[in-house]
Amino acid sequence: MSTFVLLTLTGLALAAMYFLLAAGLSLIFGLMDVLNFAHGAFFTWGAYSAWWTIDRFSPAGTGSTPAFFLAIIAATAVGAVLAAAVEIGLIRPLYRRPIFQVLVTLGAGLALSQLTSVIWRPDARFFPQPGWLSDTSTILGARVPNNRFLLILAALAVLGGMLLFLSKTRYGLIVRAGAENREMVRALGIDVDRAFTLVFALGGALAGLGGAFGAAYFGAIDPTFGSVNLIFAFIVVVIGGLGSVTGSALAAVIIGLAQQFGNYYTSWAGDFVIVLLLAAVLLLRPGGLLGGSR
Amino acid sequence: MSKRFPVSSLLPVAVLLLLLLVPWLSIHVPVVFNGPLNTPGNLQLLAVGFTLGIAALSYNLLFGYTGVLSFGHALFFGAGVYLPAIALRHWEWTVGPSLLFGLAGGILLAVAVGALSLRTHGVYFAMVTLAFAQAGAVIVGKNVGDLTGGEEGLSLRTRGLPDWMVGVVNTDKLYWLALSMLIVVYLLAWRLTTSPMGQIWKGIRENEQRIEMLGVRPYVFKLLAFVISSSLATLGGTIYLFLASGATPRVVSANFTVTLLLMVIIGGSGSLWGPIAGALLYHYLDVRLTDWAASDVVADLPVVLSRPLRDPLFIFGTIFILLVMFFPRGLAGAFGGRSRPFRHVLGGAVARSVTAHGKGPE
Repeated sequence: MSTFVLLTLTGLALAAMYFLLAAGLSLIFGLMDVLNFAHGAFFTWGAYSAWWTIDRFSPAGTGSTPAFFLAIIAATAVGAVLAAAVEIGLIRPLYRRPIFQVLVTLGAGLALSQLTSVIWRPDARFFPQPGWLSDTSTILGARVPNNRFLLILAALAVLGGMLLFLSKTRYGLIVRAGAENREMVRALGIDVDRAFTLVFALGGALAGLGGAFGAAYFGAIDPTFGSVNLIFAFIVVVIGGLGSVTGSALAAVIIGLAQQFGNYYTSWAGDFVIVLLLAAVLLLRPGGLLGGSR
Repeated sequence: MSKRFPVSSLLPVAVLLLLLLVPWLSIHVPVVFNGPLNTPGNLQLLAVGFTLGIAALSYNLLFGYTGVLSFGHALFFGAGVYLPAIALRHWEWTVGPSLLFGLAGGILLAVAVGALSLRTHGVYFAMVTLAFAQAGAVIVGKNVGDLTGGEEGLSLRTRGLPDWMVGVVNTDKLYWLALSMLIVVYLLAWRLTTSPMGQIWKGIRENEQRIEMLGVRPYVFKLLAFVISSSLATLGGTIYLFLASGATPRVVSANFTVTLLLMVIIGGSGSLWGPIAGALLYHYLDVRLTDWAASDVVADLPVVLSRPLRDPLFIFGTIFILLVMFFPRGLAGAFGGRSRPFRHVLGGAVARSVTAHGKGPE
């Protein structure tokens, strides 16, 4: 029983991390038709910014609580700024050539991820965190690290916030309308380009946030941190349905749990089951679980 | 489209002759190559470049000619590297059956992955192939069934091989093997792209719906392109195995597919020779930058310069961005001339095929 609870909660925390990556990817694709391969780099940079902030503002080798919250803010901000820079500097000039937009995000992802290796060397870095975060709480006999709960709470807050943003705000309306018919929104005199930058920055912020929490989850980071998780985020986005935030959340839970439970039995079963799930979803519902209406 | 023989000027013939003669040429090319041209090290450098050239050329049959963007090509190159290596090492097969096993395995894998993935389009297809390739990378990296050696890789078991394939002294034989395979694959690719099937591929790239309206099923021809392209990559992988004397997980990684894409972009996706040139240039730079990064010249530079220079992937990422932004047609676009099989490359075509279907299922 305790193993089941532990695997479930850890799986949900993993799902929360995938969701933070996938939500931005899905939104960016929904609005701009750009498959953003640089998203993993925003995640990596979030993780490194968080690590750097904690390292700088806490006593050596430990993580203080204020430094941790400062790190979360820094990671989110760095993710947003990087994403906005990539959108304005690289993607916008290639507006009429979508395939090149995809290629340029691929190059940006590679260069930006490697830049962390250039600056902080390729070795893995231990991620210091406050004691209360790495301590465990006992639930139904399972000893679960507290950072799992924080990650799940953060993802739930982001999910709620995004749904509110999309349904209640003017920009949310533009984003949803732009995803339906970009040219029509433009014809109505609305600056869609600004919405592009906004969505990119928002996605980058979530990826940066996910990177900081992911670093706490895994306890260590290295320059390939983002690209490894990006592949799973892609799978989440496809299974959930491109452009659907709720779909991403649902798919993230499925993938996170499948991966945790599968990998409990053998080190590779979880990763393998996910690919089989993906194949099954594509055969039965090629648009993804909640993407069928588009 | 004329069926003129691809060698339409003297230059390619001269380059080919020169390449065939390289193992006998002990001339020095200062700066570019270390020592005489025909040292085993230099021959190895070129020959590995040829095998990557086969992979890049095969990738471009899908990407440049059919307009299908796959992120799973490493899976098939990797199958060509790992399957024969496993048969030779664990089952102690001789070289012939091992090669056949590798090729058959690569083809079957391509049929299965292609048939399934091609039910999706555009961006979905890219992600699905990426996921399949990732499954392959997991199997290799986690050492499933104790076959692949995990992160350590698998060294080539030389006892099952004929003598001429073993040892540094025989690098010249492997060089000729790699070069002749590259020539065979090039001619095959030329024949295919100028055949009626090749015309349909280009038609799919330009406008898939129109091809469908002509009564042709694009799915069948895309699957053919996928299987042919993947099988050729498997062939390239097999020769790579003998040159590299072993298999490492790098060749099944998603990064390897990105590398192939980069080679195609460097060379230009609009021609058959462009990706080969791109592969040679990429591999040369990859090896040389690594050598160079370890040299005193770089060590003496200020940190802001020396650190990035020590990271080939960072440099390639930056080159990738610059090429895409400013030279999207690559080398073939710059020196194209008559050998370029079609003029407008990629421009709107692939783009359209991506966006036309990018929004989901048909």
